[in-house]
Amino acid sequence: MGSRCLPCQAVFVPPRALCPRCDSSAMEWQRMDGRGKLVAFTCIAIGTPAMLKQGYGRENPYCTGVVELEENARVVARIQGVDTRNPATISVGMPLQVDFLREDSGSGSRTVLAFKPLPAG
Amino acid sequence: MRKKRNLSRGVALVGAGMSQFGMFRDRDSKDLFLEAFRAMIASVDKGLDPADIDAFYLGNYSNDFFVRQSHWGAILSDALGLVPRPATRTEGACASSALAFREGVFAIASGFYDAVLVGGVEDMSKGATEVVAEGLGMAAIPYERDVGFTFPGVFGTIATAYFDKFGASREHLMNVTIKSHDNAARNPKAQLSATLEDVMAAKKKRAESKGRTVPNWPDPKAFLRDPRANPVVAWPIHLFDCCPISDGACCLLLVGEELARNFTDDPLYVAGIGQASGRGLHASEDLTTFEATRYAAREAFDMAGIAADEVQFAEVHDCFSIAELLHIEDLGFFPAGHGYKAVEEGQTRLDGSKPINTSGGLKCKGHPVGATGAAQIFEVWTQLRGQAGERQVPGHPRLGAAQNLGGTGGTSTVTVLERR
Repeated sequence: MGSRCLPCQAVFVPPRALCPRCDSSAMEWQRMDGRGKLVAFTCIAIGTPAMLKQGYGRENPYCTGVVELEENARVVARIQGVDTRNPATISVGMPLQVDFLREDSGSGSRTVLAFKPLPAG
Repeated sequence: MRKKRNLSRGVALVGAGMSQFGMFRDRDSKDLFLEAFRAMIASVDKGLDPADIDAFYLGNYSNDFFVRQSHWGAILSDALGLVPRPATRTEGACASSALAFREGVFAIASGFYDAVLVGGVEDMSKGATEVVAEGLGMAAIPYERDVGFTFPGVFGTIATAYFDKFGASREHLMNVTIKSHDNAARNPKAQLSATLEDVMAAKKKRAESKGRTVPNWPDPKAFLRDPRANPVVAWPIHLFDCCPISDGACCLLLVGEELARNFTDDPLYVAGIGQASGRGLHASEDLTTFEATRYAAREAFDMAGIAADEVQFAEVHDCFSIAELLHIEDLGFFPAGHGYKAVEEGQTRLDGSKPINTSGGLKCKGHPVGATGAAQIFEVWTQLRGQAGERQVPGHPRLGAAQNLGGTGGTSTVTVLERR
């Protein structure tokens, strides 16, 4: 979910309570369709402590990136289903669809925003 | 609307000193800061009585986290014998001491104080690398950290955006790294004071003495392409694209312009200062530029009454090699997308048209985060006064700049110093 500013129609993910463009507080909820394209990415070999605990590392890097949604908002997310050991196979501009992850956070599970390549056709 | 800003009283830099940068198991913030303070006093040509210091501004990012001790303004004030004069700590992530410098400038410009000590310190090497990474991560955008971004990961992402937009590649990042090492080899205070040829020779020697296969790298780029010598950290950022973990301190002395000649016949003047804030990766419309740096540069250059190309050399925030490319473009030294070509052509080398990071930069001089902003200004001081020895920018430069970034672009500052 994101928020849409009623006066200027700007969309924000994560949602904002105050529009940084027009200073309005008149916001409505905006549901995202979950499709977008990859703007930029990295494959992380030396990860955060939480990711290392999940078994990611030098031999098994994970991909994170910036995704531009069809609704004209950008998010940061985990990118699944790509060959992180061969980053040259991952291309900026590739179409993606949302693919939420459930991860153990230590004190229960949490949802992580993730995307995977959109199947061709 | 932005307007041209001026100081109501001119401010001069009349002393500067820095500690050795490195990883010191047996030296804490107090030891390092005292070394920088003594060096600063020794640099004041006509002498300084510490009793003349009116106030102290200290940049420190997170000794709270790194060594579980906060309140370093007062602690160092006591260690320096400055008590009871006021000590104020500033925090702006890796730009903490550039913010201290600005506060010092404002305090003098307002007429409230005549002489202000500005310093920066960070003690990062006492914990494990994971602890340092966690501490630095606290300056990132929480939303980014939650999906697994690290600092190198953020800059790796910026790099893929830059590569895609402008056709650059990893080879171009290597040019930045090679230059940084070449400059740092001429800087005795640098943490990694060695050319890549030196690094390669040392690794060959070590392999030989341990009876292992001696690697055969024909040149530094072959070394940097070798995944065993230069492993990936966060694609396309590799180990040699990253600054090291560092301890260090730096001290600067600011005085009212009309008092400068009491301290030295060769003062430097604060010609321009700029500071701005930026947003996170996801909220940035263009990942190949730091909005805050562009704004801070315009503010500083307008105040100095100069165009970007009048700046003769600069220290810029190269926490990762890709950041140097963005910054030399955001500062207006090269058009967007041309920074990597300028580096490839040697324009940013010591003998080039726009020497960048003559100190070796954060990459090789070291990056004790709270000390970095002040240490960049220290290098500009050293160059403008013609005291940089083997790494001296030729032609008696008159205008130099320092650009300091906090976090992943949340804070950026630009300082222009002038020798009249």
